[in-house]
Amino acid sequence: MPTDATDRVRDAARPHTAPDPAEIAKFEAIAAEWWDPQGKFKPLHMLNPCRLDYITAQITGEFDRDPTRPRPLAGLRLLDIGCGGGLLSEPMARLGADVVGADPAARNIPVARLHAQQQGLEIDYRVTTAEDLAAAGERFDVVLCMEVIEHVPDPAVFLAACRDLLRPGGLMIVSTVNRTARSYAMAILGAEVVMRWLPRGTHDWRRFVTPEELSALLRGAGLEPVDRKGMVFDPLGWRWSLSDTDLGVNYAAAAIRPA
Amino acid sequence: MEHDADVLIVGGGLNGPLLALALARAGLRVTVIDALPAGVRGDPGFDGRAYAMALASVRMLRAMGLWAGLEADAEPILRVRAADGRVGEAPSALHLSLDHAEIEEGPLGAMVEDRHLRRALMDAMAAEPGITHRAGARVVAQAADATGVRVTLAGGETVRGALLVGCDGRDSGTARRAGIRRVHWRYGQTALVCAVEHTRPHNGVAQQLFLPGGPLAMLPLTHNRSSIVWSEATAVAAAIAGLDEAGYRAALTLRLGDALGEVGLVGRRWSYPLGLSLANRFVDARLALVGDAAHGIHPIAGQGLNLGLRDVAALAEVLVDALRRGEDIAAPAVLARYQVWRRFDATAMALATDTFNRVFSNDNGVLRGLRDIGLGVAGAVPTLRRAFMRQAAGLTGEVPRLMQGRPL
Repeated sequence: MPTDATDRVRDAARPHTAPDPAEIAKFEAIAAEWWDPQGKFKPLHMLNPCRLDYITAQITGEFDRDPTRPRPLAGLRLLDIGCGGGLLSEPMARLGADVVGADPAARNIPVARLHAQQQGLEIDYRVTTAEDLAAAGERFDVVLCMEVIEHVPDPAVFLAACRDLLRPGGLMIVSTVNRTARSYAMAILGAEVVMRWLPRGTHDWRRFVTPEELSALLRGAGLEPVDRKGMVFDPLGWRWSLSDTDLGVNYAAAAIRPA
Repeated sequence: MEHDADVLIVGGGLNGPLLALALARAGLRVTVIDALPAGVRGDPGFDGRAYAMALASVRMLRAMGLWAGLEADAEPILRVRAADGRVGEAPSALHLSLDHAEIEEGPLGAMVEDRHLRRALMDAMAAEPGITHRAGARVVAQAADATGVRVTLAGGETVRGALLVGCDGRDSGTARRAGIRRVHWRYGQTALVCAVEHTRPHNGVAQQLFLPGGPLAMLPLTHNRSSIVWSEATAVAAAIAGLDEAGYRAALTLRLGDALGEVGLVGRRWSYPLGLSLANRFVDARLALVGDAAHGIHPIAGQGLNLGLRDVAALAEVLVDALRRGEDIAAPAVLARYQVWRRFDATAMALATDTFNRVFSNDNGVLRGLRDIGLGVAGAVPTLRRAFMRQAAGLTGEVPRLMQGRPL
């Protein structure tokens, strides 16, 4: 996620209290930024429909829900790790899930809360980490970890916390960037250098994870991989779509915690 | 903002009710705000108006469960024939003829009378619990903010929703109130519309005759009747429209020649001034425009209605996909998908019909020669012929799921 490491350190030290009107104005500006499809988070907005297609298909498939009926995720408790401004938390809440949005960057949380409130959505947003939630004994039916794993210092430790957050039979969905020559060209040169979609230094190519490595990491954490698909950008249609075969750059995977 | 419905649709013609049905069946609550009182829609008498529905539009009605009730009263279009002509002369021997047997998809489309289509739509809307039909309600104001859109009706009542859709025709008040500007020009032509019964069989052939004053279309209806759409220079059209029935029939017979044998008028006579009217954008904050509200075009290729239905199918698909992903259906990113999908196609069609009309609606000798050769060549080359047919049938480009006959 395009969060800022220095913000995380600074904000984590700040106590969480009710914001004053000047703060709210600032949050509104940042919320507008998060939710502007042409703004700073344009790449996430472009990717979002494709991510949501994957997530909704996996959840409705695993929990035997009809995706064409209203609120197909009703009754499911879902955690969105690295929720940012709520680009995934809000859709999940609209689909009926009982959503906890977690982000270690404290400044994202009031922004996400404000936007959800404007949308008439109830989402439990918290400044916290997967590790802290796991230590507190929280349990979920679904854990989303989208575009996060390439930013964490130790993926194995992080995924172990995610496993602890899942109830037996629960579903974990991960998306990340493959470590290939093409992903270097697309995610670093393309997105950061040429298109300026992302700030320079958003991604460190050496931290990217291949699908095989991810499967091994998931298994190592006691999770059973059940599906993976590529997310492919089509420059002619100017949109992302899912692919069964091309996992060369962006991809998503699903795994269950065995009962 | 507490919403009365998810989607507010302004306009109760054909596009508005179709969109309402597609959205309500996917679980959205829809309010249709119709300026006309309830009794006017669904009058059972034949008023002379009918629609040429391309194959893709027929598939859409079938996918929406409406076709079964319409099929018995619809006339399939088996062949399309286009030729140059002059008033009082036989059509040019160089012509374009497209037969449905050359493509695999079956008839090229069907003629459906307005009264049957309206009745089917009114019945389907009444049977759909997710739709509130506000007949005889006129919108006087509208406003959008971060939480929703609010329209004010004459009388002061307000109705609130997440998204507003303008299906209110080429003089769209919805577009005007949103400050959306339009590019428009008049053709100096008026379309005369009527229906005739005739002695010669039409054999399911839709014919277009390019007369100097404008195109004349003969479109097959059931019981050996035909729908006539006939464009003339505005002054000529006004004079003809002012004639009594015998005079009107004589003017028509002069132009039809013996194509249909002896003809007699059935139903009313209509006239529509022709122009092109394109909205500068098809979407705005919590707003989308559909059909003529977005693009009013020349009827020369009979594509106005089909273009509107394609908007309906595309917008319904974009909104329902967004709904199932949990997206805010009125988010700018969602509405942008509809505009990207439809604006190029609609603008291209508007300009194509504009050019077509300019090339064909005149008596310039050079243009006549060129266009006759053009029609002759297009008619003689099978691949070109099939390409025209597939285009006219609505089978080209990115076809929305409903127009492929698939459910949303």
